[in-house]
Amino acid sequence: MIRLKYIFACFGLLAFSLTGNSQTRTIMRPIKGGTLIPLYGLDSGKVWVDDFLLDEYPVTNEQYLDFVKKYPEWKRANAKSIFADGNYLSEWQSDLQLGSHMNPKAPITNVSWFAAKAYCACQDKRLPSVDEWELAARASETKANAENDSLFNTRIIESYETPNTYSKTVGSTYKNFWGIYDMHGLVWEWTSDFNSVLISGESRQDGEADRNLFCAGAAISASNLRDYAAFMRYAFRGSIKANYNIKNLGFRCAKTK
Amino acid sequence: MNPSYLKNILSFIFLISLFACQTQVNSSEQYICPMKCEDHKTYDHPGTCPVCKMDLVKVSSLEAPILDEDGISEKSIFNLQSEWKTQDNETIHLTDLRGKVLVVVMIYTSCEAACPRLVADMRNIYSKVDDPDVNYVLVSIDPEKDTPEKLKAYAKEEHLEGDQWILLQGKLDDVREFSNVLSMKYKKISPIDFSHTNIISAFDKNGVLQYQQEGLGVSNDKLVQEVIALSEQ
Repeated sequence: MIRLKYIFACFGLLAFSLTGNSQTRTIMRPIKGGTLIPLYGLDSGKVWVDDFLLDEYPVTNEQYLDFVKKYPEWKRANAKSIFADGNYLSEWQSDLQLGSHMNPKAPITNVSWFAAKAYCACQDKRLPSVDEWELAARASETKANAENDSLFNTRIIESYETPNTYSKTVGSTYKNFWGIYDMHGLVWEWTSDFNSVLISGESRQDGEADRNLFCAGAAISASNLRDYAAFMRYAFRGSIKANYNIKNLGFRCAKTK
Repeated sequence: MNPSYLKNILSFIFLISLFACQTQVNSSEQYICPMKCEDHKTYDHPGTCPVCKMDLVKVSSLEAPILDEDGISEKSIFNLQSEWKTQDNETIHLTDLRGKVLVVVMIYTSCEAACPRLVADMRNIYSKVDDPDVNYVLVSIDPEKDTPEKLKAYAKEEHLEGDQWILLQGKLDDVREFSNVLSMKYKKISPIDFSHTNIISAFDKNGVLQYQQEGLGVSNDKLVQEVIALSEQ
């Protein structure tokens, strides 16, 4: 699966990090797989998620700066517009300098899906899938699955309502059951198959698409009507494109166990 | 006052005014909203777009395609490095398709509802455009099942034969990446079925996306016109 050039590139990165010049790498925590009922979209209703590893924190500004230094093709000036629109790293002062107001330890945002994918690949990691992300995100501090915990759900909604959380330091929200921080409350996160959320055009009944899902009565086709936060996440995923760069959208990496 | 001194000053003023004129001529450049909110409306001076409030940009900056050292536009799909297998089991990169207009659709061969109609659209576009300089590319969203052999059989069954028809199998990741370039969405909803958006895309000879037709059972006329125009470029 991994292309030869990535192996070389990442070998170089490893050698570089051994010299001590590099950031400490983000610790990955194991997540136990299980069945998940995605918000909607599956014939069978349930999906099995295998065990996997997930970054403890979202990727930070300074970690991303390191990446850009090593892979100049991802400098703001060099990133091709097919991979990242004009807002890519738009708050940075220059190609290799964060904005003066930016917190180096805050999550990187204004990065496209292509950029996030490349970042993870260069660490021999990958982006988590929607299902993996949702599985890890449904854990509260004490429970692996807090889906039916109404207090937990209310807290998530409240965190979505708080403005400008993207400038907070990673790790400043709660640590969940798996030892993962900031799944809710700092930034939205890219997933590998975010474009599997169909809001327009569906193959079998063209016209009566899932766009109805997010409008009034048709929403009853979703699996969990109380999970308003999940509606917001799925609607957001359905509305973005891979070359978008958004101020409150970052990412973290995953790995197959 | 020394007359020659005066003369110097006068000619100096004259020179300055000459330059001033020149800069004015240069600033006759037209400005346009980068989002084209008002379609092709242009302005004589910089400012902000009245609709989306973005800064206006020079028209010339939008028209000139930015090329890298290989002469590939930065908007081109030829920037993708992925490797693909054709129905004849040949390994290709997308850049190998350079030089011809591409009409592209993403399908899977076990699909019974939408894909046969999309493929029928492709055949219809093929016969209407009737131009050997256009290639027709079908990319499978189910690469685990759609092997080159399967794609070959499918091409035969669906009468997609000849050099102009290219059916591609890629790695799961690369297919996902390609779908993102087309802004096409798909999801595996059962072991045999996918839901997906129905989009046929036209790329110019340099691999830059120029037109997309969305939906099933829509008229192909506009797409056919676009493809013919692209091929004449």
